[in-house]
Amino acid sequence: MDWSQSLRLIAPEETITVAGLVLLLVAAWGGDKASRLISIVSVATLVAAMVLVAPALCGGAMGPETSAFFGQFRADAFASYAKILIYGSAAVTLVLAPSYFERYDSMRAEFPLLVLFATVGMGMMVSAADLLTLYIGLEMMSLSSYVLAAILRSDGRSAEAGLKYFVLGALASGILLFGMSLTYGFAGTTSFVGINASVSEGLSNGALFGIVFMLAGLAFKISAVPFHMWTPDVYEGAPTPVTTFFATAPKVAGLGLIMRVLLDAFGDQAAAWQQIILFVALASIVVGALGAIGQSNIKRLMAYSSINNVGFILVGLATATQAGASGMLIYVTIYVAMSIAGFTAILMLKDENGNYVEDIPKLAGLSRTRPGLALALATVMFSLAGIPPLFGFWGKFVVFQAAVQADMLALAFIGIAASVIGAFYYLKVVKVMYFDEPADVVKGESDVWHKLILVVACAFISPLGYLLTSWLGETANTATTALFAAL
Amino acid sequence: MSGFPILSLMLLVPLAAALVCLYLDAKSARVLALAATLANLALGVVLWLNFDVGGAQWQFQESHALFAGFKYALGIDGIALLLIMLSVFLMPVCIGASWKSVEKRVGEYMAAFLLVEMLMIGVFAAQDLFLFYIFFEAGLIPMYLIIGIWGGADRIYASYKFFLYTLLGSVLMLIAMLWMVNVSGTTDIPTLMAYDFDPQAQTWLWLAFFASFAVKMPMWPVHTWLPAAHVQAPTAGSVILAGVLLKMGGYGFIRFSLPMFPEASAQFAPLIWGLSMTAVVVTSLIALVQDDMKKLIAYSSVAHMAIVTVGLFAFNAQGLEGSMLVMLSHGLVSGALFLCVGIIYDRLHTREIARYGGLAINMPRYALFFLLFTMASIGLPGTSGFVGEFLSLAGAYQVSSWVGLISTTSIILGAAYMLYLYRRVVFGPQKNADAAAMPDLDAREILMVVALGIPVLWMGIYPESFMAPMRADIAALEARIARAAPEGDAKPTAGNPKPAHEEVSAHEGAH
Repeated sequence: MDWSQSLRLIAPEETITVAGLVLLLVAAWGGDKASRLISIVSVATLVAAMVLVAPALCGGAMGPETSAFFGQFRADAFASYAKILIYGSAAVTLVLAPSYFERYDSMRAEFPLLVLFATVGMGMMVSAADLLTLYIGLEMMSLSSYVLAAILRSDGRSAEAGLKYFVLGALASGILLFGMSLTYGFAGTTSFVGINASVSEGLSNGALFGIVFMLAGLAFKISAVPFHMWTPDVYEGAPTPVTTFFATAPKVAGLGLIMRVLLDAFGDQAAAWQQIILFVALASIVVGALGAIGQSNIKRLMAYSSINNVGFILVGLATATQAGASGMLIYVTIYVAMSIAGFTAILMLKDENGNYVEDIPKLAGLSRTRPGLALALATVMFSLAGIPPLFGFWGKFVVFQAAVQADMLALAFIGIAASVIGAFYYLKVVKVMYFDEPADVVKGESDVWHKLILVVACAFISPLGYLLTSWLGETANTATTALFAAL
Repeated sequence: MSGFPILSLMLLVPLAAALVCLYLDAKSARVLALAATLANLALGVVLWLNFDVGGAQWQFQESHALFAGFKYALGIDGIALLLIMLSVFLMPVCIGASWKSVEKRVGEYMAAFLLVEMLMIGVFAAQDLFLFYIFFEAGLIPMYLIIGIWGGADRIYASYKFFLYTLLGSVLMLIAMLWMVNVSGTTDIPTLMAYDFDPQAQTWLWLAFFASFAVKMPMWPVHTWLPAAHVQAPTAGSVILAGVLLKMGGYGFIRFSLPMFPEASAQFAPLIWGLSMTAVVVTSLIALVQDDMKKLIAYSSVAHMAIVTVGLFAFNAQGLEGSMLVMLSHGLVSGALFLCVGIIYDRLHTREIARYGGLAINMPRYALFFLLFTMASIGLPGTSGFVGEFLSLAGAYQVSSWVGLISTTSIILGAAYMLYLYRRVVFGPQKNADAAAMPDLDAREILMVVALGIPVLWMGIYPESFMAPMRADIAALEARIARAAPEGDAKPTAGNPKPAHEEVSAHEGAH
């Protein structure tokens, strides 16, 4: 283990950090006029970082040679899988954002930079092999996110979202830190390998409390019940491109991190945390489904939908098996595509003055005025509801298959029965768009990038996606093999 | 012919036509949809002609490992063949039925119908458990849109009820399927049909499948979505709903519940009989008091489907064959009845029975065909309804006299509500001037009712054409479930006759 190898392993993080710092200087001198250039370079950087992490995934990198800085950082296939999703989502956000901010005349040069730094933090989260790396990554992501939520300074809702996110997020970080200190106190080490070794004999009460507090903090970051309360407000208040970002990249990072902590550090003590995850999963599914029913703002609806979907993803974690972990990765990949498609469609809902339409009743009869857009949104809704033949079904299929294989039939039955409640509100959106008389509010035109992203994302979640299932399954298996081999 | 992927082609034709229809104006969409469904009908005829009766159980098989965890595997036996034929036969009629009555968003309408056709063929042809599930579930989306966009006054409520009811049933089945695949290690339906699951596990699996099929069937008491959906769906939607979608439940029982879980099927047979007997009596009585024609026919569908379940769970060849024939016959007859209702609805825009009357005077041709289908629905000998109902009830009687007895009341009650309907609509004085002014059938309508009338009579007079393709499959199924078949309650004891010559010699000895 020498420094050169460590530095080589963190090449993607280095690339993004250096690019971020250089662009920060460009922003300082160039001002908001340079924001376009900065966005373009940022997207290029993210694409370059994706290229840098790809070999580790394709090669199935795992074991000691992926460990950097004395076991604090792990650049294995699992991290690469998550990073590709994170970098991809961040790049899509940057492409989507300019037209939205230009509408409010507030495209700031800081926006792409904050996204870049948040991305670095998320990359560290999914690569964490030590509690300290975990916390640094998490805070780097969180601090950038708080600012991103409030970046539309002139808008009261955006400021409120940022403040709420910050206050609650800081509390969650505190709880997490408390759990980490307990874990450190009882395990005597902060490295995941060390924790695993020390708890493999048996879990002391102190370490158990450590797990509970850490899970509370992490559940907040992925907006799982009962730490989900911030989600609807932040999703609604934050500028839509930022919401797109929140719904995708941090979810991947948070879930990747939870998988690392529970399956690596506490992998031998699955019985201790399985019940917690079980409860969180079912509660998220039910609360997400019930909470969404009364919503009339489509962004709030998507927020509850994300709570609901996180519940389904956690069903995979509750199994504590490799099949479950692979299922989570597949589900989260599809979920990212569905979120991108959904929010891109929402960004394209503009009235004749170019104002963004977020009220569901105003979408009435969209299928007659804008059939293409309505079809895309309906595809997203049916896919989120998990109705075959759309690809969203496949995500549910793999996690429930893992649950059945792990003999958790009760979980599978309750979880899937609750998905029917969720179907109700997705149907409501389709009903408004297809059955109601046209309100004819949505008239604005969108730029070509939005259309392109929407078409690509919708093609992925359409039945065509099933052709990718073999490849997706193998890749996710490679990634989780690395995860389970990390010990 | 053996290597040609005809089943895939039958899926592809409506799918491609559906995608194109989305971009067409009303007139060309109608023409394209009709052409595509007729092409599929032609393919179906080719399929039937090339089906080797008495040959291999599974024919026209295709299999490609396209997906992770399941295969794109198609193939049909005689049972699937007949149901596919029913689907492809009814589709052109549906398109014809909506030729004039659907005026808004015709392209989307036709696309939805073509998608339904593709998914139905997929359901009957799928040989992979999960491929079946995907086709089975996917039908919800186009049917939801058909009911919701082109339906009547309460269409929103009906569409929700339809969607959520059937979804809840199906997701439970999905978990059971996952468990089965996990235990048996295969997703291949023919293999699973011969796999012996642990009888204890069968109980749960059977219940999960039952949750789905009972809703789709629909069985009493989970039938309440059906009248709501039927009344609000456009005529063609009702035809497809009654004609083919309801058959998915029966097909599910015959393809999954019975061969895969024979012990559990026997265990739950009394439950099925009980529900079916209740359905026969209750829904028939409900049908008797309806003021709305479509509702009446919808409730009669529930009663007919109860005859199907009674026959299926009789565990003998008569019952199974009878059930299949009732399904086919009901597909044609109820489709035709909905069409008949649709024909006069198009003229007067009401389904209320009291608004009509004396149609025999101004619409004699209509009255003739309506009578034919009414009689077929009642089960008059010579029509398709008789053959199936007789066989089903004969099968049920072998197992339980009471089930046979009570189920047979469906024929009496059926005659009551259908003849009562017919009398009120067609006979009597012409009490409504607007109804009296309605013109008789035009050429398009005659074409449709004749097309439906011919197979109704054919099936009634020479049912062998329809029984021959499935005979071997029914026999195989009967052999499969024989080990669990419940004992009949009649317990006929064989007589103990003496050979004739002994008697003679005894007489001689007395002399």
